[in-house]
Amino acid sequence: MIPSIPQPRLLTFAYGTYVALFFVFLALPLVVVAVFAFNDGQFPSLPWEGFTWNWFFGAERPMIGVFHERSILRAIGTSVFVAFLVSALSVCVGLSNAFLFNRYKFRGQSLLYVLMLLPLVIPGIVLGISILVFSSRVANEVWDAYQIDLEILRPGLWLVVLGQFSFITTIATLVVGARLQKFDRTLEEAALNLGASQLTAIRTVTLPFLRPALIGAFVVAFLMSFENFNTTLMLVGSDAPLTIAMFDRLKEGSTPLLNAVSLLLMIGSSLLALIMIAFQDKSKR
Amino acid sequence: MRTESKLGLALLLTPLLLWLALLIFIPQVDVFLVSLRERIGVGQYQTSLANYLTFFNEPLYLWTFLRTAMMSIVATLITLLIAFPVSYYIAKMIKGRMQSALFLLCLVPFWVSELVRTFGWMILLRETGVFSNILQFVGLASGPVEMLYNDGAIMVGLVYTSMLFMVVPLVTTLESLPDEVVEAGYDLGGNGLSVLREIIVPHAMPGIVSGCIVVFMLSLGNYLTPTMLGGKESLWFTELIYSQFIVRFNWELGAAFGFLLLMLSSAIVWGMLKLTGQSLEKTMG
Repeated sequence: MIPSIPQPRLLTFAYGTYVALFFVFLALPLVVVAVFAFNDGQFPSLPWEGFTWNWFFGAERPMIGVFHERSILRAIGTSVFVAFLVSALSVCVGLSNAFLFNRYKFRGQSLLYVLMLLPLVIPGIVLGISILVFSSRVANEVWDAYQIDLEILRPGLWLVVLGQFSFITTIATLVVGARLQKFDRTLEEAALNLGASQLTAIRTVTLPFLRPALIGAFVVAFLMSFENFNTTLMLVGSDAPLTIAMFDRLKEGSTPLLNAVSLLLMIGSSLLALIMIAFQDKSKR
Repeated sequence: MRTESKLGLALLLTPLLLWLALLIFIPQVDVFLVSLRERIGVGQYQTSLANYLTFFNEPLYLWTFLRTAMMSIVATLITLLIAFPVSYYIAKMIKGRMQSALFLLCLVPFWVSELVRTFGWMILLRETGVFSNILQFVGLASGPVEMLYNDGAIMVGLVYTSMLFMVVPLVTTLESLPDEVVEAGYDLGGNGLSVLREIIVPHAMPGIVSGCIVVFMLSLGNYLTPTMLGGKESLWFTELIYSQFIVRFNWELGAAFGFLLLMLSSAIVWGMLKLTGQSLEKTMG
């Protein structure tokens, strides 16, 4: 059915209702998480005990707010650090991959392209254990051979960075590659005709054209890293990123503190999404 | 090929090959090798299929494996059934600002961490939760109702978490279907059902396949949702992998489990692509 073909009123109405219900279903869990961040009680559940800001700003027991809870603040810092590294790395490699698949023709290219997509269809937890197993093997061999302990290859933040990088790079490659495909090569040739070297042409013509895609890929990579759970779970050491820290708390039983953290996360990621959309719109004009 | 461009090719190939070799392929091979080891003494191993025999001889492991696969397939089908009408509505029934607004609304839950989404469902479904209280208030239940910790709750969580990955590819493919083609279907005497079967679904096939692959993968590899929403008896295969690696420290058996999960997901993805005549580049790239 499409709007130009008349349908019974009842059917159209039922269809509209179904779509409306779908959006209620989407919104419901997020709304309750947000609402209970303001519950003046020890549990994020009914009965409603009244409105409070304490789960954000409270400084005394039993209501220590997010901004006074050291371990949560540290976990946020850890997550931001990891996410920055992962995004920066994966956007760089993604840019290089995009050029490789767009500008060169070589034997085995299409096979390599399929291989590049594979990390998306490997379960996150399998990626996690495989990197854990391999890095421990390397670390053990190095220890046996040279008696050097490669701390960097033991479970911890560096392995988390590697684990997340291993599949986020594919997404960065796809985002940057899609934009590079729309690029008009004659613009670059014009720059070459005007006497620019190959690298100057890319720096002054191609990269500015790719900028929205690079920013978009960075934001998507940042968010994916920030909220990644499965791969991180297998590789984490003593410094837990936020999702792992929250998971550990949730297992012990939850207080509205977790709702407050979640609400801040929602606001943060919506802001990032808005920034990205603003950049994308500008580039269309 | 000129030497300059050969150099460029080599420079761009290096990061790609390092990434794929060191973080994807060698680790997967290593997991397989570890899974073939049997511990026969302290630090002594021999090659054998013992870990795989353990898997096939222990009903609990095999049962969990099959259960995880079945439930992931069911979750994928439910997600498809719920998402298809909504995607069609967004792609074909509305236009302009309203269309982009609704599409954006579908993306919102994705910007929030999976942990927060799961936490939301816990608040809704638990004994002291929102639904239980509403049921009591309306008079449909006389006491608190526990809706958490069962397979139904896992299913709700899985469908909710992966909804977006179905909606986005479906909307994208359905949008590219011209209205005239649907009208022509009606003009040639088709009714709603036959137009759906003969025109809309075949056109949307690439979107359906890529959505199903991603949703299936995410469900199969999910750890958070089954752990938080499922009960004590509702085991998930990723939980077995986690407990062998982190709790029992039996990496050999854990590696065998990981390899089996990888094989299962690859087999189903491959089968789905073959069955529908799609390729990975077309559905993912």
